[in-house]
Amino acid sequence: MLKQMEGSHAVAEAVALCRPEVICAYPISPQTHIVEGVGEMVKAGKITNCEFINVESEFAAMSVAIGSSATGARTYTATASQGLLFMVEAVYNASGLGLPIVMTVANRAIGAPINIWNDHSDSISQRDSGWIQLFAETNQEALDLHIQAFKLAEELSLPVMVCMDGFILTHAYERVDIPTQEQVDAFLPPYEPRQVLDTHAPVSIGAMVGPEAFTEVRYLAHEKQMQALDLIPKLAGEFKTIFGRDSGGLVRPYRTEDAETIVIAMGSVLGTIKDTVDEMRDAGVKIGVLGVISFRPFPLDAVREAIKHAKRVVVLEKTFAVGIGGILATDVRTSFFGFGIQIESYTVIAGLGGRPITKASLHELFEKAGRDDLPRLTFLDLDWKVVNKQLERERKMRRSGPAAENILRDVSSTAAHLG
Amino acid sequence: MSFQPVKFYQTGTFTVGNRLLVPEERSVQANMERTNSLNSGHRACQGCGEALGARYAIDAAMHATNNQLIAANATGCLEVFSTPYPETSWQIPWMHSLFGNAPAVATGIAAAIKIKRQKGLKDDVRVVAQGGDGGTTDIGFGCLSGMFERNDDVLYICYDNGGYMNTGVQRSSATPPAARTATTMPVGQQPGNVFGQGKFMPAIAMAHEIPYVATATVADLRDLEHKVKKAMTFRGARYIHILVPCPLGWGAASQDTIKLSRLAKETGTFPVFEAEYGELTNSSKIRRVLPVEEYLRPQKRFAHLFGKTPAVATLVRLQALADKNIRKYQLLDKEAN
Ligand SMILES: Cc1ncc(C[n+]2csc(CCOP(=O)(O)OP(=O)(O)O)c2C)c(N)n1
Ligand code: SF4
Ligand SMILES: [Mg+2]
Repeated sequence: MLKQMEGSHAVAEAVALCRPEVICAYPISPQTHIVEGVGEMVKAGKITNCEFINVESEFAAMSVAIGSSATGARTYTATASQGLLFMVEAVYNASGLGLPIVMTVANRAIGAPINIWNDHSDSISQRDSGWIQLFAETNQEALDLHIQAFKLAEELSLPVMVCMDGFILTHAYERVDIPTQEQVDAFLPPYEPRQVLDTHAPVSIGAMVGPEAFTEVRYLAHEKQMQALDLIPKLAGEFKTIFGRDSGGLVRPYRTEDAETIVIAMGSVLGTIKDTVDEMRDAGVKIGVLGVISFRPFPLDAVREAIKHAKRVVVLEKTFAVGIGGILATDVRTSFFGFGIQIESYTVIAGLGGRPITKASLHELFEKAGRDDLPRLTFLDLDWKVVNKQLERERKMRRSGPAAENILRDVSSTAAHLG
Repeated sequence: MSFQPVKFYQTGTFTVGNRLLVPEERSVQANMERTNSLNSGHRACQGCGEALGARYAIDAAMHATNNQLIAANATGCLEVFSTPYPETSWQIPWMHSLFGNAPAVATGIAAAIKIKRQKGLKDDVRVVAQGGDGGTTDIGFGCLSGMFERNDDVLYICYDNGGYMNTGVQRSSATPPAARTATTMPVGQQPGNVFGQGKFMPAIAMAHEIPYVATATVADLRDLEHKVKKAMTFRGARYIHILVPCPLGWGAASQDTIKLSRLAKETGTFPVFEAEYGELTNSSKIRRVLPVEEYLRPQKRFAHLFGKTPAVATLVRLQALADKNIRKYQLLDKEAN
């Protein structure tokens, strides 16, 4: 059924259709509307046979999820930013134990400085946690990925994070197609756990493992994610059969066939990039886009296949590894390194802490890239004046004060001057 | 025919000859059907109070629930000595997740059971969570308070040996004042753990007004069994705090575990009581109050108090704490004294 609704509510509806049995949550912007939505549906009896638990922290949220999942219940939670970091120890534990929990991450920057707006630093900080990470481009895809996520998680016995851009998606009203319960039931069978706390067949879960077996257990986590590389496209295919639309999969190429330049990114920014690319195509530029949906496992083969004919890639990411640069870009380079493929690659850090990524900036950026006139690492729309002023201040005086506060003052005085 | 009533209770203890009791009243451990939930073969030190306490507590909980029990365990000695992979001593469904989250994991287990029962897929299965004093009063405190506050249907058992034993005997917020640990060494102006710090979790549990709170020691195992079984008659959050001597951490002889537990109680150092919905309902009376020194002397963690010049002022302070417990938890049997 087509409906105009907020992204968070679309996700809440999707989760409800998946017949969750335990939902636990702790509020943090921009995830709040999702858990408020599911909470209300449980309370109103719209989601039946489900326990909704208001916990005292994100660490508890993930821990409750661990307990309920290990007892055979289909379990869901959601978080963002500081909340994801607060639960990190349990995040690793859930994947280490192989518990198929599904969690929405409403992507938001990480402080300090505290910032509630969107970027990808939160979920990408959990890159190596063993969770599968799927990035939604639109609200429709966010909705669809949740349905796929439960099936993927439960088939592999691995937890899945569905990442959607905070505010840009979670708070945007858009038309979405809400599937019927029959469709979801046809796609998603009841949860059959591989391991379960059962009084009729007692097991010990979470025993201590020494050097004699740790490598093998860890390798299996990797092996599972390699299996996901096959399973994710397969599930996207099954999904299409039942729901009639393309959603999910590993990567999504757009106008890449004859492209000399391919822009690679994740999440909602792909929309703006595609619009820019369309305009450049109209002007005769051979440029295309590759959206990465599955960030973990990282689809090395699919990425290489999609870009191998290009002259260059521009990897645009909404976070970065301080002290080296690109994260997604490094993964992309790994995909073609050693295959005798000559591709220039540029890393662009953009949209940090909610900084708008405009078509104007992208045009300029892609044009420069097309001329191979781009530094290896670019911070899009970085205000050099402000940065240099602070650096100068630090050179001049020992007690230069808190950097963020200084910069804010400088920015507002420039803005006032401009205004 | 002359009639001689049988006297069950030995003076000074509550030990009962099992053979003299009707079968239903015999201890769980004396029962041929006891579950050996924490089976032999684990790696605890000789005389470990935690191993003893856990065995009695979990077997009693199994007995009370008709063997329908799942346990969540915090990281700590109990977890490490019971499950060195690929061996496990646990005969029950058991899960270890992290150091600080056992109460929340148990909440999740209880929530899953509730829904499975609602769907008619599961019988009534009960949940215990357990951890050491560090896992309970320090790192797991937030999760525990949350579990209490929501009144989740979980029995939490704390095995209090007064320190982080698994990591080599460091101070926790349950370490007694003056005690030596690896992080409160008997050096400087205030040797050992300082006074005026620490917390007594049972009182904090009572402040949450949960249905049932009890303390126990491994000296009185019948009392412990009784309290576990009683806890299982309540729904909602329940808390049992068991004093469990640690020969290694306390510097005590393995054979003194029971003796030290009894002395902790008889000196008033560790109050043994029950509370329901935040109110004290019962305290195990001290028959003959002993000076705290008798409890402290056999433990090397207090050896610095008994050097060439005894630390009289410190002993007075420790005695005052015990006296306060006696008043606060009404530990004196007025008729007996
Ligand atoms: C987050 C975290 N911090 C620290 C540790 C290290 N650690 C493991 S067991 C333990 C001590 C446990 O003390 P307690 O809970 O009192 O149990 P005991 O071993 O004394 O029975 C510590 C500090 C850990 N496993 N996880
Ligand atoms: S160190 Fe203490 S608590 Fe740990 S096993 Fe040994 S006696 Fe038991
Ligand atoms: Mg301890």
